[in-house]
Amino acid sequence: MTAEVQERLVLDDVPPSLARVETPFRRFVSDFTDSRIATGAFICFLVIAAIAVFAPWLAPTDPYDLAQVSVLDSNLPPFSENFEGVTFWLGTDGAGRDLLSAIIYGLRISLGVGVSSGLIAMAIGCAVGLTAAYAGGRTDSVIMRIVDIQLSFPAILVALILLAILGKGVDKILIALVTVQWAYYARTVRASALVERSKEYVEAATCLALGHRRIVFRHILPNCLPPMIVVVTLQTAHAISLEATLSFLGVGLPTTEPSLGLLIANGFEYMLSHKYWISIFPGVALLVTIITINLVGDQLRDVLNPRLQK
Amino acid sequence: MKFGKALLGAAVLALVAGPATAADGTLTIGLKAEPSSIDPHYHNLGPNNSMAAHIFSRLIEQDEKQRLQPGLALSWKAVNDTTWEFKLREGVTFTDGSAFDADDVMFTAKRAPNVPSSPSSFGTYLKGKTFKKIDSHTVHISTERPHPLMPVEISNIHIISNEVGDKVSTGDFNNGTATHGTGPFKFVEWVPNDRLVLERNEGYFGEKPEWKRVVFKPIKSGPARVAALLAGDVDFIDNVPPIDIARLKKEAGVQLSSGISNRVIYLHMDQFRENSPFVTAKGGDKIKNPLLDARVRKALSKAINRDAIVERVMEGVAIKAGQLLPEGFFGVSPNMSAEAYDPKGAKALLAEAGYGDGFEMTIHGPNDRYINDAKIAEAVAQMLSRIGIKMSVETMPKAVYFKRASRGGPDKSPEFSFILVGWGSGTGEPSSPLKSLLHTYDKSQGFGSSNRGRHSDAEVDKLIEDGLATVDDDKRSALLQKATELGIGRNQGIIPLHYQVNTWAGKKGIAYKARTDERTTAMGVHSN
Amino acid sequence: MQSSLVVLVMSLLVFIGVNIVGNPVDMLINPEADQEEIDRVISDLGLDRPVHEQYGYFVFNALKGDLGKSFIYGEPALKLIVQHIPATLELAVAALLMAIVFGIPLGVYAGLKPDSKTAKTIMATSILGFSLPTFWVGIMMIMVFAVQLGVLPSTGRGDTVDVLGVPMSFLTLDGLSHLFLPALNLSLFKISLVIRLSRAGTREIVHMDYIKFARAKGLRQGRIVMVHLMKNIMIPVVTVLGLEFGGLVAFSTVTETVFAWPGMGKLIIDSIHNLDRPVVVAYLMIVVLLFVTINLVVDVLYSVLDPRVRLQDQKS
Repeated sequence: MTAEVQERLVLDDVPPSLARVETPFRRFVSDFTDSRIATGAFICFLVIAAIAVFAPWLAPTDPYDLAQVSVLDSNLPPFSENFEGVTFWLGTDGAGRDLLSAIIYGLRISLGVGVSSGLIAMAIGCAVGLTAAYAGGRTDSVIMRIVDIQLSFPAILVALILLAILGKGVDKILIALVTVQWAYYARTVRASALVERSKEYVEAATCLALGHRRIVFRHILPNCLPPMIVVVTLQTAHAISLEATLSFLGVGLPTTEPSLGLLIANGFEYMLSHKYWISIFPGVALLVTIITINLVGDQLRDVLNPRLQK
Repeated sequence: MKFGKALLGAAVLALVAGPATAADGTLTIGLKAEPSSIDPHYHNLGPNNSMAAHIFSRLIEQDEKQRLQPGLALSWKAVNDTTWEFKLREGVTFTDGSAFDADDVMFTAKRAPNVPSSPSSFGTYLKGKTFKKIDSHTVHISTERPHPLMPVEISNIHIISNEVGDKVSTGDFNNGTATHGTGPFKFVEWVPNDRLVLERNEGYFGEKPEWKRVVFKPIKSGPARVAALLAGDVDFIDNVPPIDIARLKKEAGVQLSSGISNRVIYLHMDQFRENSPFVTAKGGDKIKNPLLDARVRKALSKAINRDAIVERVMEGVAIKAGQLLPEGFFGVSPNMSAEAYDPKGAKALLAEAGYGDGFEMTIHGPNDRYINDAKIAEAVAQMLSRIGIKMSVETMPKAVYFKRASRGGPDKSPEFSFILVGWGSGTGEPSSPLKSLLHTYDKSQGFGSSNRGRHSDAEVDKLIEDGLATVDDDKRSALLQKATELGIGRNQGIIPLHYQVNTWAGKKGIAYKARTDERTTAMGVHSN
Repeated sequence: MQSSLVVLVMSLLVFIGVNIVGNPVDMLINPEADQEEIDRVISDLGLDRPVHEQYGYFVFNALKGDLGKSFIYGEPALKLIVQHIPATLELAVAALLMAIVFGIPLGVYAGLKPDSKTAKTIMATSILGFSLPTFWVGIMMIMVFAVQLGVLPSTGRGDTVDVLGVPMSFLTLDGLSHLFLPALNLSLFKISLVIRLSRAGTREIVHMDYIKFARAKGLRQGRIVMVHLMKNIMIPVVTVLGLEFGGLVAFSTVTETVFAWPGMGKLIIDSIHNLDRPVVVAYLMIVVLLFVTINLVVDVLYSVLDPRVRLQDQKS
């Protein structure tokens, strides 16, 4: 037997139907890639995420190691070179920091805060939402009333109140972002959990006398995931934007951990003096991040929403 | 849609028409910092004193070079070693119509140092002074020891009318019910954060100001102030950011006025704690405070490239400093120049002191008090990083910063280890910074009140005290020079960085008589 | 009923934030004050009493307008806030009007001709309006209109005229030119919202029978849109905008900071920076009250405007 034949035989061993089996995941991928914009956005997002994760290796300099920064290089426009022959592709800020490096590190902080607050809020929101849906009755209505009240106040106001009382800091802004987000998750999870709860498989599980915890986490939760994924993406974009806004206002992250919002705020001062790059480039980075996440989220919503399926 | 168009049209029209300007006698000034109160005795703070100078008068005035001029007092002289006689001006009335006499001076002397919850009291000028009314227009002020600075200190006290009564509160001044002065302007209204309006006091005893009405608008952000001037929203602004000066020089419609100030920007170092809270070994372990060693302090000074700060951070608009006041002021030492930039020498000194491996330190500074303060702090940190000290920078608004820097630590001690501060000499001679910054901290006598590093040297103290009590100018100057040479040159009690140069900008044809005390006053604004 | 509950809950939360999480002596009394002053304020604010009584005092004092004096200005905190309310309300109302003036025509157009290029551009822009951070758009506006083109002022409020003793800037040309950019900036998000709402409403309504009848009757397109369509779009738009008014006030903190607009949003940010806590606490109380009032008014208006809601209420 030649190698070629052997290969064919192996391939033939697989039943044709299985080779192209339509798993939900594959269908999801093919639906998602239907939109070229969304695919592009997703790739773009992966790149941004990679930049954030590998920031220390990608950035030309460490912008927060003061020994690497010199005030002699301050306010240089993009593509300038200093006397040591170092090129600053995006220019430098008022302290002589390389803007490209500052943006890469800022992206890391912005994305880190946005994503982790989203995940924590999701965990809390899921727990609360599932409890409400599964317990029902008075527990449900009390929880949902709290959620409604919380949602009737704009996120920025709630965050501002919290930060005014707590002060600045990474931990504090995380608390604030989680507080403003959990209610969205709770409401989404509750809605889909209510639908799932009335389905037969849950009834079946109940009849088998499975534990509450097992029913909720093993059976209901996985089925609530699709809408959650949509909310997570959209909320992450929202959280990044909110963090940038709060940092811009000077109540978010401390100056030692400058996120994109703080970089923009620092550059704002220079913009009226026609040193546009200090504010514009971090702004563009922020914008691209938020818009790509939103585009991905929009497509996810279209794909995962059963009502919209063709 | 129509509404939007109308709005846009209106916006364009407004630009053509322009706001009310100098033509009708109104001057609009964009101020960096507004006063925290109209009460002239509430807060001894630059913006407050500038504003009070419009509404109130003092017994003795300081002109733009801080030379003393007669104010509500026509003359003053020492009648003996410890007593000064002030002859008051007659025929002056407050804006509420009451006449000015010695009772008003007595009333002011009683109130000024005792305003409830004053963040920074005028007691500093009045401590140890006894006021005595001799007749309706003569007052004697006496001290225990000879006090050559009497006239200068008295020139900082704004006189209010005794008609307002003992119960008068800071709020009564803010809303105008008690705001009656004898100054060149009358108070009209104050909306904090928005505007402060004054009107010319037609009954002013001195030279009447050119402007009938003055509107002060607080515009905190530097670029916004410049933009407001260029857009014609204001006629005149103070504190032009250095970064915009080159550009404004090219603008045809703008006129710049600048002048050196009496303010030195300097670094203060913790010289009183064995373990300083913001100085550690690399890695964060406690170490013996290296700043106690004069060699380390000298090394820090050598490591700072003052030329780079002046050129790059201050855009050339500052003068590097080696002592407390620039050349040309009384009592300045001819033997001291700014420390030359010498990173190698700095490293050698650090090694000699036993800190060859460096240490970790945080520099604290304000971010809205001095010209480019936060950037200076960052530049200093960069330069110190280069000699092996691991630096971090923390800056904060002045309202928070000064409280913490002065008494944020345990037992109301200074909280920080290494700070960026400035000092403007209200007296126009080095006695004021020497007394406040380098004399051993002594609350009861009012010495070292801003000595946030707690520098202490008996020899320097003695020179300062003698200087303060010497009436003969030449002798006093020699003592003050010697005190500066020892306190800064030998001890490195503080590290001077640069003297501020202030810039004001007005529309073409509006000039300002730059003041060394950095004040922005409508009286000094002239059209030509 | 619900709103009074919300007021109660929120005042309790602010109270907890101030008195339990924070230290009320730090929060409300000037650190520069001497012991006598501190003692006096402590007893004034009832801080020496049991917690439930303290809460009573807190609410009582808040209702009296006594939330301590500003550390910076030495004036009652509430008075400072009240002084800054007109500027913020003016900005928010202007933004609201802009949302209606720009949003509805664009939305209706996009709804009537959903497949046209213009409609697609409108919708794409509205997505941008949703995702761009307000502060960044504000900066860009200053950059373009004030710095590059130099056609509009960048910051501040401009000349004001007193209306019933309240300074208003929309009555002077200078004031209007100052108002335009910040109001537009603040309204951008709401414009996008109104575009979406009115587009959705339009698309739903054009297929209704009565519009078809009107067409069949030979009414002009203009009349159909202006009279029959508008009437029905307005209800959801007005309700949502009413609810969103509070959001405008909250977001004015951002716009006011960017444009140096002297309203209470800028005051609160400055106060947070300066640790002027009595002002922060007073702001919180005022905003919470404002919110609850808005929600209440909208609820009432909604049931007045829409007969269906009224009927439902009566049934339940």
